[in-house]
Amino acid sequence: MTDALRIENLRKTYGSGFEALKGIDLQVRQGDFFALLGPNGAGKSTTLGIVCSLVNKSSGKVTVFGHDIDTDLSRAKMTLGVVPQEMNFNQFEKVIDIVVTQAGYYGIPAKKAVVSAERYLRQLGLWDRRNSPARSLSGGMKRRLMIARALVHEPKLLILDEPTAGVDIELRRSMWTFLEDLNKQGTTIILTTHYLEEAEALCRNIAIIDKGEIIQDTSMRDLLKQLSVESFLLDLSEPLSEVPELEAFDSRLTAEGQLEVDVRKGQDLNTVFSKLDQQGIRVLSMRTKANRLEELFIRLVESNSAQSGGAL
Amino acid sequence: MSPRAIWTALMTIVVREVRRFTRIWPQTLLPPAVTMTLYFVIFGNLIGSRIGKMDGFDYMAFIVPGLIMMSVITSSYSNVVSSFFGIKFHRSIEELLVSPVPNYIILAGYVAGGMARGLGVGLIVTLVSLGFTDLSVQHPVLTVLTVALTSMLFSLGGFINAMLATKFDDISIVPTFILTPLTYLGGVFYSIHQLPEFWQSVSMINPILYMVNAFRFGILGVSDVNVGISLAMIVAFIVGLIVVCLRMLARGQGIRH
Repeated sequence: MTDALRIENLRKTYGSGFEALKGIDLQVRQGDFFALLGPNGAGKSTTLGIVCSLVNKSSGKVTVFGHDIDTDLSRAKMTLGVVPQEMNFNQFEKVIDIVVTQAGYYGIPAKKAVVSAERYLRQLGLWDRRNSPARSLSGGMKRRLMIARALVHEPKLLILDEPTAGVDIELRRSMWTFLEDLNKQGTTIILTTHYLEEAEALCRNIAIIDKGEIIQDTSMRDLLKQLSVESFLLDLSEPLSEVPELEAFDSRLTAEGQLEVDVRKGQDLNTVFSKLDQQGIRVLSMRTKANRLEELFIRLVESNSAQSGGAL
Repeated sequence: MSPRAIWTALMTIVVREVRRFTRIWPQTLLPPAVTMTLYFVIFGNLIGSRIGKMDGFDYMAFIVPGLIMMSVITSSYSNVVSSFFGIKFHRSIEELLVSPVPNYIILAGYVAGGMARGLGVGLIVTLVSLGFTDLSVQHPVLTVLTVALTSMLFSLGGFINAMLATKFDDISIVPTFILTPLTYLGGVFYSIHQLPEFWQSVSMINPILYMVNAFRFGILGVSDVNVGISLAMIVAFIVGLIVVCLRMLARGQGIRH
């Protein structure tokens, strides 16, 4: 099956001499929900900008559903929908006009465009605001408007550059559900985000880019397997005066009276629970101390930074 | 894209452009009507009556073609430069860049929008002028052809200015320091035959002189220059500017990093 996106030896050097991409390779399979992560300035937006024709590449090859952007750009663009990081619509235009105009750029006649626009504006909860000028929308609504605009021509590949930045938790969750449904219906999705729990919750495969290089390109599952230690916080029914004996498990009491337990690869939580139970300690609830992907992400980027002799 | 899809994309740009300048008509359509009315009253009626005949015509009748052309040139140019720089500034140009619209359609759409405003303003100024003088068009086809080509030429000029501009100041430099002086010195208010020979020769390198005179010939039947040369020059400039615009678009100059 043709890859949704294939990037080969992609390089970008800006006019200032800054080398944003140092020959990256990337493959995104059809139907995938793919995360492209990296610290600020790592090259995420440059990569996606090149794919979407917003940035000129210096060299390398990019194909979208088999269409080379150098030789078959029009077809490549037809398959793409883009939700950029920053607002990029005319704030004075009406919501419906922004979406219908975008459809027109893809050659979709007005009548058909209005039907498609209604569909996505309804799904994204913006239909009641269709005649409002875009500037009157809240930040979250503006982000949803950009998603509706990106989908109006029904692309096979949707690229989202930090779509939930600045969006409240409730709305973020509803956008996750929307994107998951879209992915289930067959749309390939590439996501960049600073909310690593978002990537962990949504994406099946992941690439991490740092200083213009791909430093990790694997499945989310395999990546998370690399975690050798995971810390859990346990809420107890009674506060403890001293740390209970858990033998092979490192543990400590937090200032809040919770028990923090480190579980290494190969160890299991059942043992922790049984040992606590033997000592008459009841656990009311439990949560991971930090986002697992966040821990890995920081570790990988720090390791790459140390190897290249730079600082974060 | 299929030819039908390309047509839809073109009409989308054109309709958007026309909607834009008609929505803000007090800024786009009304000012030329007010300014030209003042020109007609002050230069045509008050001062013109003391000047007497110019090339055998009342001064009012003589300046009408030039003033119509001046408003067409200014409106065509400023429509494209402000609209295209505007979408660059608030980044909605990305809507176009990510879409499969071919570059020549982007150019055609914006030029058509500039021409729609330029010719619309030309029509308004013509109607205003009818309140001051009688206009009997001598060569209707030539008149329409000249004004349409001139509008196209300055729309293309506005497009180049917008692509090169990086700040709002950059879109007012050309109209203020190049376009307006060339228009005023392009025979709008006088016949170059009244100038000393040296300044007649200098005037001949002003391209706007040829456009104003071709248009005046179409309406009044008199011109300071050869009308055939005028039309050939306008067409040559148009072809040259189209090539420049398409090359800039292909390179993504000022619009892609």
